[in-house]
Amino acid sequence: MGNTGILKAGHTRIRKNDKKSFAFVAKRTLKGMKRHWQLYLLILAPMVYIIIFKYIPMYGAQIAFRDFSIVKGFAASDFVGLKHFEMFFNSPNFWLLIKNTLGISLYSLAIGFPAPIILALALNEVKNTKFKKTMQMVTFAPFFISTVVMVSMIIMFLSPRLGFVDYIVRALGFESINFMGVPEYFKSIFVWSNIWQGIGYGAVIYMAALAGINPELYEAAKVDGASRFQKMRHVDIPGIAPAAIILLILGVGQMMNVGFEKIYLMQNPLNVSTSEVISTYVYKVGLLGANFSFSAAVDLFNSLINLILLITVNYVAQKISDSSLW
Amino acid sequence: MNRTNAIRGSVGDRLFLILIYVFFVFVLAIIIYPLIFILSSSFSSAQAVVSGRVWLWPVDFSLEGYRVIFSNPAIMKGYVNSIFYTTFGVMINIVMTIAIAYPLSKSTFVGRNLIMMILVFTILFSGGLIPTYLTVKSLGILNTRWAMLLPGALAVFQVIIARTFFQTTIPKELNEAAELDGCSDIEFLWRVVLPLSKAIIAVLVLFYAVGHWNAYFDALIYLKSPELFPLQIILRNILILNSVDAGTLVDANRLAALQGLRDLLKFSLIVVATLPVLCIYPFVQKYFVQGIMIGSIKG
Repeated sequence: MGNTGILKAGHTRIRKNDKKSFAFVAKRTLKGMKRHWQLYLLILAPMVYIIIFKYIPMYGAQIAFRDFSIVKGFAASDFVGLKHFEMFFNSPNFWLLIKNTLGISLYSLAIGFPAPIILALALNEVKNTKFKKTMQMVTFAPFFISTVVMVSMIIMFLSPRLGFVDYIVRALGFESINFMGVPEYFKSIFVWSNIWQGIGYGAVIYMAALAGINPELYEAAKVDGASRFQKMRHVDIPGIAPAAIILLILGVGQMMNVGFEKIYLMQNPLNVSTSEVISTYVYKVGLLGANFSFSAAVDLFNSLINLILLITVNYVAQKISDSSLW
Repeated sequence: MNRTNAIRGSVGDRLFLILIYVFFVFVLAIIIYPLIFILSSSFSSAQAVVSGRVWLWPVDFSLEGYRVIFSNPAIMKGYVNSIFYTTFGVMINIVMTIAIAYPLSKSTFVGRNLIMMILVFTILFSGGLIPTYLTVKSLGILNTRWAMLLPGALAVFQVIIARTFFQTTIPKELNEAAELDGCSDIEFLWRVVLPLSKAIIAVLVLFYAVGHWNAYFDALIYLKSPELFPLQIILRNILILNSVDAGTLVDANRLAALQGLRDLLKFSLIVVATLPVLCIYPFVQKYFVQGIMIGSIKG
């Protein structure tokens, strides 16, 4: 209580005399910090963590411009400028990697963005809460399956020997297909299995947004004689648009980060021509091949594109609607 | 005139609703069938699995797959390791997350915007795989249990969730009153905030625990010794790389001879690895939903 009194007094003094009040505010701030020293003690360990495991690697990203040697460390290795970047841009893999990465992420976005919205809109039409809850529970469940198990399920189901998918293919009179070995199928298998696993999780946010729509809007729509579909079109969809835009921004901002862990597990020598993406390449060349600087350069290039995309999309979203990340 | 319109509208509505339920049946079938197929296969005989006789229910009910798993020391070791990493990992996660989320939730905390920016920037941009690996390496924790606990000690996304929760549920007046009574910040956090935050702690524990249990990539890059491997790495070796080498499976020769048993083993293994998480899930589902919703409020 007394605290707020001082605060107000401080503000009026700022207006009266700027020079004097600056010293006053600074003094008061220091006093506040001293009084709440325990809060600074609390954040000590987390901040040390952030610095060591997030900011030191950022500092270490400079090895992309150096020939990294373990003995010399991040900052003392020989500076080579853009050598590694040029090497990457000129390598025959460059366009293949870009094509695969963008292809997979655009496909993912095109299907993965609307799918949970459709599920949420459909769930919102159900008035029976028990059915709604059960539906939500079932669709959410695959979220808990680990990437390793998910990929092995995909491989087993699609295998010509064990999988039920192949039984169906054969039952329909077609030749048995080794799905995982056909490069053209890789993207679809990746994207649709992601939908299977993530649609329930994705729908939760939209369900929350739908629950937050003002009930008066539905009543007004009822009075106007709107059909279910019209209500969906004119009340539900505008209601979830802000959330959808935020998620779209995030999605585009993550465009170059396709699900690395899953793609890496799904790769095999037969499908590598469509499944090799930037992140799997970084891992293979960098850690398995010990070309630290080169793969750090590839990774940095990737991160920078992501950052630029995110900022651009956010800017555009801000211009054409009110929703944005910051 | 009005009446016919109303009727026509309701017919359209009914059709629309039927369409929605057809959609649900389709979605349910697609999501549930693979799960049932795995469960049923795991309880069938190896013969039935290989010859494709399992469709919906177990054929020639048998527990052979499970018997092999529970008598396999490598798999059991992986299980124990995963329990270890999950338990201690989550403990570290919770302490770290609350320690930074609580101060950030206080409007009087000087420097909160700056610290928030430092945190959020790590979501937007990262040093990348190689520099992170080299940092972990230079700390000397490569191929130790610490490599599974420390690099993932804190998730910024969870910090934002926890901070939002503290901001919206802990009344400022409570804090002011406690301060007047001479209660220190840590005391207030311990005695007042935490007891009021059981829901959010449950959310954090669940998200972090599922993350630890299901993670394989940190183990893949940081660990070399098989005795440190978590379950997911063992699973990867058996399920995806299809390598049932002498190192991971003791009775490898017998297994190689029994190709069918090897296939059956995969189904049982999936069930054994996923069941702990799926079993607790229905009880804690509301917390998960709550967590995603708090997280979706702009941080």
